[in-house]
Amino acid sequence: MSAIHQNVSTSLSASTSTFLSHNNLKSLRPSHVSVAGRMSAVVKCVATPSAEKTAYKTDVARNENLAKLQAGYLFPEIARRRNAHIAKNPDAKVISLGIGDTTEPIPEVITSAMSKRSEVLSTVSGYSGYGAEQGEQKLRAAIASTYYAGLGIEENDIFVSDGAKSDISRLQVLFGSNVTMAVQDPSYPAYVDSSVILGQTGLFQTDVEKYANIEYMRCTPENGFFPDLSTVRRTDIIFFCSPNNPTGSAASREQLTKLVQFAKENGSIIVYDSAYAMYVSDDSPRSIFEIPGAREVALEVSSFSKYAGFTGVRLGWTAIPKELHYSDGFPVAKDFNRIVCTCFNGASNIAQAGGLACVSPEGIKAMHEVVGFYKENTAIIVDTFNSLGFKVYGGKNAPYVWVHFPGRSSWDVFSEILEKTHVVTTPGSGFGPGGEGFVRVSAFGHRENVLEACRRFKELYK
Amino acid sequence: MYTSLAFSFMPYKTILSPRASITTQDNKNVYRTKVSRNPTMEKLQYNYLFPEISEREAQHAKKYPNAKIISLGIGDTTEPLPDVVASSMANYAYSLSTRTGYRGYGAEQGSKDLRKAIAETFYKDMGIQGAEVFVSDGAQCDISRLQMLFGSNMSIAVQDPIFPAYIDSSVIIGQTGDVEQGSGRYQNIEYMRCDPHHNFFPDLSKTARTDIIFFCSPNNPTGHAASWEQLEQLVKLAQENGSIIVYDSAYAVYITDGSPRSIYEIPGAKKVAIEVSSFSKIAGFTGVRLGWTVVPKELLYSNGFPVINDFNRIICTCFNGASRIAQAGGLASLSSEGFKSVMSLVDYYKSNAEILLETFESLGLKAYGGVNAPYLWVHFPGSNSWDVFNEILEKTHIITVPGSGFGPAGKEYIRVTAFGHRENILEASDRLRSLLL
Repeated sequence: MSAIHQNVSTSLSASTSTFLSHNNLKSLRPSHVSVAGRMSAVVKCVATPSAEKTAYKTDVARNENLAKLQAGYLFPEIARRRNAHIAKNPDAKVISLGIGDTTEPIPEVITSAMSKRSEVLSTVSGYSGYGAEQGEQKLRAAIASTYYAGLGIEENDIFVSDGAKSDISRLQVLFGSNVTMAVQDPSYPAYVDSSVILGQTGLFQTDVEKYANIEYMRCTPENGFFPDLSTVRRTDIIFFCSPNNPTGSAASREQLTKLVQFAKENGSIIVYDSAYAMYVSDDSPRSIFEIPGAREVALEVSSFSKYAGFTGVRLGWTAIPKELHYSDGFPVAKDFNRIVCTCFNGASNIAQAGGLACVSPEGIKAMHEVVGFYKENTAIIVDTFNSLGFKVYGGKNAPYVWVHFPGRSSWDVFSEILEKTHVVTTPGSGFGPGGEGFVRVSAFGHRENVLEACRRFKELYK
Repeated sequence: MYTSLAFSFMPYKTILSPRASITTQDNKNVYRTKVSRNPTMEKLQYNYLFPEISEREAQHAKKYPNAKIISLGIGDTTEPLPDVVASSMANYAYSLSTRTGYRGYGAEQGSKDLRKAIAETFYKDMGIQGAEVFVSDGAQCDISRLQMLFGSNMSIAVQDPIFPAYIDSSVIIGQTGDVEQGSGRYQNIEYMRCDPHHNFFPDLSKTARTDIIFFCSPNNPTGHAASWEQLEQLVKLAQENGSIIVYDSAYAVYITDGSPRSIYEIPGAKKVAIEVSSFSKIAGFTGVRLGWTVVPKELLYSNGFPVINDFNRIICTCFNGASRIAQAGGLASLSSEGFKSVMSLVDYYKSNAEILLETFESLGLKAYGGVNAPYLWVHFPGSNSWDVFNEILEKTHIITVPGSGFGPAGKEYIRVTAFGHRENILEASDRLRSLLL
């Protein structure tokens, strides 16, 4: 069993791959990717037959849903490749524009609130234990008034969490295995992967690179990154992220009105991911609830991660309108509340203190400055690729630039950029088959690194 | 608290109405989607136990606005964090506003330093490495993530009585059938009765095989810490049945009598057990949110696939790591100075437990637990625990938890926690004496 243990111990640490293919313990495929659009570079868990025979196994069957997953989650794989590259090129100055990880310090008005709360926890009068699972009332109220003023979303509709990723899975637990879902293609991989884990999908179909029973709504430059809803089958749940990760496209009011109408006609529920709403530069809606009728068909997930640099602090929220009901009339929010009380125990009180500072007038101003800084980065990256003659999308309403490399495998482009410029990006096919031929460049980084990366891009592609 | 829609708890003798379901009449004109409510959510009979207790406390406070309510109900820590722990978090938070100190996403499995410190502090000489430790935002979240890992096609066994999260999460994930109206038990869960007469350990010869066995020791609510011999039997049963034990050791640091603190003290346990624990009751982190789960590399599914690989995938997909600030606090609490200071808080609560034990003894009531855990399990023979809960609340303004909230075997018991300011523990003792003498 030593082969397995070796792979496990090297590949499960933070910086190396969790990208173990789960399906075939006996084969070992090469780590160099050459198949178009296929994320098939895997470090596989290998068991030698003799080791298998002697190692004790329980009689507990592996969850077959986990076995359906084709590979590790996308971003740990990007991290693994980055670290492997750093190891191979110790003198190279590797610049990360891959994982959308914030880099700039959190404004002091926010960190000082968290420091203060930490200190207060060491006092008799200030110590608090368990908080309300739904979040501290003041914070719920402040989120409602900051982001949903006039939209009919009140403080008790807000559920504070440790982040959108956790919320997405809790929503899947809420919905259960008997629901069908639609996603944009390409999309942030957590929606699809959590759907597979919860048993909502069939097997992965390698010819089309899609899981059976998920409706993939293609978003391309040709359709303005908004799906042709007349070709979309009815599903129970529709995941919709806008501004979009990875394409950077923000849906217009007209588009979202169509989406809400579509959901209303089909009796579907929209899970609207608005984690990048503060990056909107034009008059695109920042919340689904700006659309009339949306409260009856949608819930919204968001996060402080990309607004306040809270990627490591962990704070987000989900807004569920009172008007959202299941087919039997039962309010969705009631069941979500039960999930939150049973499967969760509230976001960290220190993070929540930071969140409250975030939505103070000073904090909002500070967040806008940080967001503004990343938006300037985005503009620099957009200009660079434009000047090199690439077709560039996104970058206006989101901190992501979606660059087209027609006819090329996105993993090949990823590798080429990494090898030749030491810059980490994210291959589009990691976000779904609709991402093939594109590379996502994220705009989070110190200004000098973004400028340097752009210099290197210019060198490579001049 | 979702106070605008207060649901009631349904005990065996129904005093309050069961969990409300919306009838067609209630909202005829309200738009409904065509999405079916998750049938597993419908199976849940009651609200989760602890919000229900909170709600009762809130109602009582309204009814008696001048009463000084003492909460010995929800097991919530009350004493301030030690300075060394709080200041580590304060400093870490501040450092996030500096260019050199700022950090973004952390490893989903937790910081390497903290994983290593946990392994060294709690699993010394048991062969558990940092790489097998997954830092989380607490045991309650981990339990549900473990259920997601296992999936709906699993059978589970639980102690009876037990902390309700294992059962409720099992229902939600779809492992169970409906509740049996008479007993309050869910179909397809194996309830392992734990009685004082059998040393609070189940008769394993009568326990049907299940895939997963949840086992909490020191136990919430009974306070019993399983002995070496008992845990040996448990591990043996798991080996014989090819089952996986999910061992909840959140209260291990309260052990006084040398009982095992980790399942991995038992030889062979690494091949059959996962262990879940938490900083909540160790360091007062109930609001800060930090815990961990150990998945040994040797733990394999029936097809030989390592459980740790799948758990790691769950962590990377359904979670994004515990707060870095909380992790800084966790690391400080495991430093030599930090550990001393959090242990003195544990001692404080243990002394509270001693006081309460003496109180109940002086009243002629049999109180179990309180020696290896911050919970007392007090027997009121022939009673209905919700009635006792209500009477204690009405007459002494003390919140406890009715034993039947933990399962049918808790019917004649009340759980009393030892968390509280010393003066409140003493005051509560006085009130109980005046009520029951």
